[in-house]
Amino acid sequence: MLTFTIRRLILSVPTLLFISLVIFLLLELAPGDPMAQVPLTVPPEVKEKMREALGLGQPMHIRFWKWLVQFFWIEPQVLIDHMFGTAYSVGDLRVISWQTRSPVMDTVVQRIPQTLWVVGTAYIVGILIALPIGIYSAYRQYSVFDQCGTFITMIGFSIPPFFTGPLLIVIFSVQLGWFPFIYDTTHVVNDWDSFVYQLRQMILPVMVLSLQTTAQISRYMRASMLDNLNQDYVRTARAKGLSESVVVMVHVLRNSMIPVVTVIALGMPAIFGGAIITEQIFSVNGIGAQLITALFANDLPTVQTLTFIFAMLIVFFNLIADILYGLLDPRIRYD
Amino acid sequence: MTDLSNSTPLAPPRSQWLSVWDQLKKHKGALMGGGFLIFITLAVLLGPFVWSLDPQKIDYRSRDFRPIYHLLFDSDAKAAWGHPLGTDQLGRDGLANILAGGRTSMAVGWSAMLLTLFIGTLVGVIAGYFKRLDGPLMRLTDLFLSLPILPLLLVAVTLFRQPLRANFGPEGGMFILIVAIIGITSWMPTARIVRGDVLALKEREFILAARSIGTQPGAMIWRHLLPNVISPIMVSATLGLAAAIITESALSFLGVGFPSDFPTWGKMLADAVQRMEEFPERVMLPGIAISMTVLSVNYLGDGLRDALDPRIRGR
Repeated sequence: MLTFTIRRLILSVPTLLFISLVIFLLLELAPGDPMAQVPLTVPPEVKEKMREALGLGQPMHIRFWKWLVQFFWIEPQVLIDHMFGTAYSVGDLRVISWQTRSPVMDTVVQRIPQTLWVVGTAYIVGILIALPIGIYSAYRQYSVFDQCGTFITMIGFSIPPFFTGPLLIVIFSVQLGWFPFIYDTTHVVNDWDSFVYQLRQMILPVMVLSLQTTAQISRYMRASMLDNLNQDYVRTARAKGLSESVVVMVHVLRNSMIPVVTVIALGMPAIFGGAIITEQIFSVNGIGAQLITALFANDLPTVQTLTFIFAMLIVFFNLIADILYGLLDPRIRYD
Repeated sequence: MTDLSNSTPLAPPRSQWLSVWDQLKKHKGALMGGGFLIFITLAVLLGPFVWSLDPQKIDYRSRDFRPIYHLLFDSDAKAAWGHPLGTDQLGRDGLANILAGGRTSMAVGWSAMLLTLFIGTLVGVIAGYFKRLDGPLMRLTDLFLSLPILPLLLVAVTLFRQPLRANFGPEGGMFILIVAIIGITSWMPTARIVRGDVLALKEREFILAARSIGTQPGAMIWRHLLPNVISPIMVSATLGLAAAIITESALSFLGVGFPSDFPTWGKMLADAVQRMEEFPERVMLPGIAISMTVLSVNYLGDGLRDALDPRIRGR
């Protein structure tokens, strides 16, 4: 299992390199001088420094290398300095935002917990709802529960988050007044009341995000359970006299989870895409909202860094799914 | 060989597509989905000829009309048959805007879907047929699958907007850009499915027979492989159409889509969000239009998947 994990870890390095190259080339091939949009109020010496930070005027591969060094070597050093009070990174040029003129990573570190908190809760809630629905509708195929489930998941599939968001706001915030429609990120949880408030403000964004996840995953869970329920080993397990709950929840479930885990992992890009929209609707100031602001302000270093952070998050969750895959299915480990 | 002397068969052979249609007819959701899809396509294509109000015409005197059904429960509502779906804050007609916006959304959806299918099928067939290219192409597919699609879309649309606008006009440039970018970033599932099917087909006897009479690879793919992978391609076509419509609307919603005077469903929704407490119908109508279209496409895809699967079709 350890070698399997290590092998997967090593495999994700070329993936990350490829993604960083794609992002870099995308920004590189975009026409126009990246400095043309910098406001005139920026003093010339700062402009010179920004040019230096971008490595403008040097060949493309050198600039790519410099960006990699900044991101993978200097930024971790800053992190270590911050944690242990050392001074490895003093004097190194960091990735500087054109909007705030401060290092991009400082803003990202402030904002990433909001995104991860909302997205993570939504995904976990979605999975926790989806799995029982999928299991039960496969177990009672074509029952009323199954038909309703299919219809609801189809609707969940089809209604985009930028429609469910406003819809839920109109219903639950405007008409009923149950939940706030702006996510207050400065809110600090220190006692029971503030915890309840935090829960209430999280419900709407989490609902919007998890609706799609639930629909997708419960569909796959149902299909996968149906494939397995008719297998010979299920009949054997029943013939052995195992109780129905053990047959379904242990034997069938574990085997059906294998394809579903892949779907859960492959859903990550979609959920982060949905997070950008949800953050926009509910004014969560996470990294999705930061990406939109940076894009409109033509703040290329921030855009580059954020897109890459999204990619890293996706690769990281894919890695976790791969490892889970290995845990669930021993055959994979010895491939 | 005397049996073959009877050159005209007694009954015409039953076409495969007839039995597909028979199975599809049994799937209520697919029929309704397909019907709605045809209806909405015809409506956005022919509707502007019937309802000939200009969607861009600004008429301050008749702004903020409510939809006509408001008269049912509120006889004082500001509504008129001249604007059955109401008008927006600039007096632009709601129905004309829905039709015009639907035209854009459907055009983007269909073109992006066709491009996705083309790239996906090409990569899938090549990877499945030529063993040497299989590894690299599938590795590439995996890499594309881990790209953060929406952030990349946003970045690409923002950065490449200006030059394309200069070359093809504001609407044309945006159309090409959005279609191309959706196509480039969503071909991977099609490629994977097609590759798997081609790999399985390659082991069949008729391929061996075709090869033994000296069929060239080009003809082999065109005449023998492609007709046999048409069913997974059609299923992923429906999924691609739904995804493309949603992606286009999402881009418009985030404000990086088509220019601001050019109606699309996503943009109408985004514009209406600020005043949705007073005028909820302006959010609901385009939202329902998007959701119903996508829902019908998804149901059609569900039915097609069943109908095109010969193992299910017999039952």
